[in-house]
Amino acid sequence: MSLLDVRDLRVSYGGHEAVKGVSLSVGEGEFVAVVGESGSGKTTTANAIIGLHPGDSGEILLNGTDIARWSQRRLRVIRGAQIGLVPQDPSNSLNPVKKVGAQIAETLLIHRHGDKTSRRRRVLELLERVGLDDPARRAGQYPHELSGGMRQRVLIAAAIALRPSLIIADEPTSALDVTVQRRILDLIDDLRQEYGTAVLLVTHDLGIAAARSDRLVVMREGLVEESGGTREVLAAPAAAYTRRLLADAPALSARAFKEPPPQAGPAIVVRDLVKEFGGFRAVDGVSFEVARGSTHALVGESGSGKTTTARIVTRFEKADSGSVEIPGVTEFRRGVQLVYQNPYGSLDPRHSVARIVEEPLRNFRLGDRAARRTRVKELLDRVALPEALLERKPRELSGGQRQRVAIARALAVEPQVVVLDEAVSALDVTVQAQILDLLEQLQRDLGLTYLFISHDLAVVRQISHTVSVMNKGRIVESGTTQQIFDSPQDDYTRELLAAVPEPVR
Amino acid sequence: MRVGQALLVLWAAFTAAYILLQAMPGDSILIKFQNPELGLSPQQIAEIRAYYDAGGYLHTVLGFLRGDFGYSVDTGTPVLERLAEGLPETAKLATAAFVLAVLLAVLIAFAASHSSRLRGVLLAVPSLFISVPAFWLGILLIQVFSFRLGLVPVIGGSEIQQLILPVLTLAVPISAPIAQVLARSLDQVFTQPFVPVVAAKGASRSWILWRHVARNALPPTLTVAGLTFGELIAGSVVTETVFGRNGVGRLTEQAVNAQDTPVLLAVVVLAATVFVLVNLLVDLVFPVLDPRLAR
Repeated sequence: MSLLDVRDLRVSYGGHEAVKGVSLSVGEGEFVAVVGESGSGKTTTANAIIGLHPGDSGEILLNGTDIARWSQRRLRVIRGAQIGLVPQDPSNSLNPVKKVGAQIAETLLIHRHGDKTSRRRRVLELLERVGLDDPARRAGQYPHELSGGMRQRVLIAAAIALRPSLIIADEPTSALDVTVQRRILDLIDDLRQEYGTAVLLVTHDLGIAAARSDRLVVMREGLVEESGGTREVLAAPAAAYTRRLLADAPALSARAFKEPPPQAGPAIVVRDLVKEFGGFRAVDGVSFEVARGSTHALVGESGSGKTTTARIVTRFEKADSGSVEIPGVTEFRRGVQLVYQNPYGSLDPRHSVARIVEEPLRNFRLGDRAARRTRVKELLDRVALPEALLERKPRELSGGQRQRVAIARALAVEPQVVVLDEAVSALDVTVQAQILDLLEQLQRDLGLTYLFISHDLAVVRQISHTVSVMNKGRIVESGTTQQIFDSPQDDYTRELLAAVPEPVR
Repeated sequence: MRVGQALLVLWAAFTAAYILLQAMPGDSILIKFQNPELGLSPQQIAEIRAYYDAGGYLHTVLGFLRGDFGYSVDTGTPVLERLAEGLPETAKLATAAFVLAVLLAVLIAFAASHSSRLRGVLLAVPSLFISVPAFWLGILLIQVFSFRLGLVPVIGGSEIQQLILPVLTLAVPISAPIAQVLARSLDQVFTQPFVPVVAAKGASRSWILWRHVARNALPPTLTVAGLTFGELIAGSVVTETVFGRNGVGRLTEQAVNAQDTPVLLAVVVLAATVFVLVNLLVDLVFPVLDPRLAR
């Protein structure tokens, strides 16, 4: 008998069936990963298991007892005690006005575990166990005083406080930097071995799932496409969808490095940039050059100064000293365009696709109405969007379509340089692969120069000709992509590369 | 910094009131002394005017700073004396009404958050409350509770009995915005990602509501509650007049009728002071409620 057995689970949201008959099982102490893209129903399945969003039909057997029909009152006894949840997005998953110690103790308090002194002792033990220094001080701090990684440790401490037999971890590291991500996953793994806790990991990242799990469940559109031992599934994927996922996952596809950049003059020349924010040096003497028609990646973790550098290059921020030259561009706002991470946030929700893409043309008074109309259609065609979307609003589009609209808008005034700030980070792998293909094709056809800002080394490896690695405002190493990935010279670069989940091959 | 802003607001309120009162056509002197029965000549009236107007703006400001609010044109008594007479009555009324308004608001908002069946009805209540005119509500309450049901005496009765209806009249419209903002904040906080995390620890809905959501919903509600103090002052004018209570509100009404400039000026400054102080207090409490605002 497994610890958890889900049989033919169906869950719907307001008439729409999100989970259409899912079966999966987790053995005692086992690490099972549920992989799928957004909308695959993986998070809905996880929520249904703890009854936060009850299913319509099917069985959820916990130690052989079907809890699927249990009332909320009965389920509360299990939650926190037998099943712990480690949520996504540590920055918003803690109550901002409550001390973290109290939020860990809460698990014990709800289940009336021990008295005040013993709870306090246990909280300090837990904080220590999840690797936070000075537990007594940490317990008295508020969430905003901790970093993202520390908050995730606090959430883990709250989830394991009563030593549950199962931990459901819903994208526990997708909001964290790679090096932090690795430490958190190591922690979950250690706790599993120490306590014998089973882990059900929900993730979109096939790389993480491959590196950590015993068994893999691949979900798509509310159904299980394939499940089995992780090694077996990766070695011989049975479902076509799994094969596609494997091919699209940049971490797993060992594509050839790009050839060194074509011998052309520089399109971007950055010299000794320095930028301080209230005494804090965000950018500290950054210099690099990007050859015309090539892609240069700025890689680093949050706080490394890569985004500030991008904002200085696009003149949304003024440098304290240093210079940025874009040779050959006379009209700056036309020649240099920016594509931002969150396409939904950067598209006006009230405007139609046609109006969004047309806007730069109107701003620069290019062509008359009819000419602009033709140009918009041409641009949509360039980014492979059907004309039928012209009158749609951003919210009626998928994430990938939105990013295509943002790219079409950037291309409208025929720029020479496009700065892509985490432009594919929010997208599912298959969509990500398509957008990366599109970007490469546009570069070939239009001779564009890209400055590609990213924390995702796997994506960087695939798209860029040259790379600069940033840490604490400085460029610690730069070179061709192959040099950086095959023979990193700097310790920080090595640490960063080592943290990328390496799949079992 | 915040104290400086508060002082600036006070000064602006004083000056605006001073200019407006000066600019009003007709004045208290004419209303009081022009009556033909008094038989005063225009020249005598001009002398009286000169006596009361002595000093102008600067003189009045300095007087206020020293605590000298001048004399009432209507009764000839010091303004301070008249204010001191009315203040305790109004303070009692306003405090009780504010407490009741907050209680009503919390009751409505929490009940709406708890019960999904009554929710629609409960959330319609604030809109109803805010559209009820105070004078009409006052008269209605007297009609129903005093005349029809005989529950509360109109004249006589203990101090508490005398307070019940006016407090209710004043509290109802004020509770509306507080209830509305609180209900909406509760809803908004309930959608935040940390709520399911607490539920996953095994917490019940009321545990989440009382221990997590309520405190997060407090800051916007407190802001609105502070702002309603302005309405409280305005509302007391109508309420005290309807119920015949001798408070600052009644005094204001009389002073307006007599165009008694010194009294009005003092009332405006008093109201502005209370308003500014309350909102200053709200700002100071904020960092206690939300540690992210503390530095």
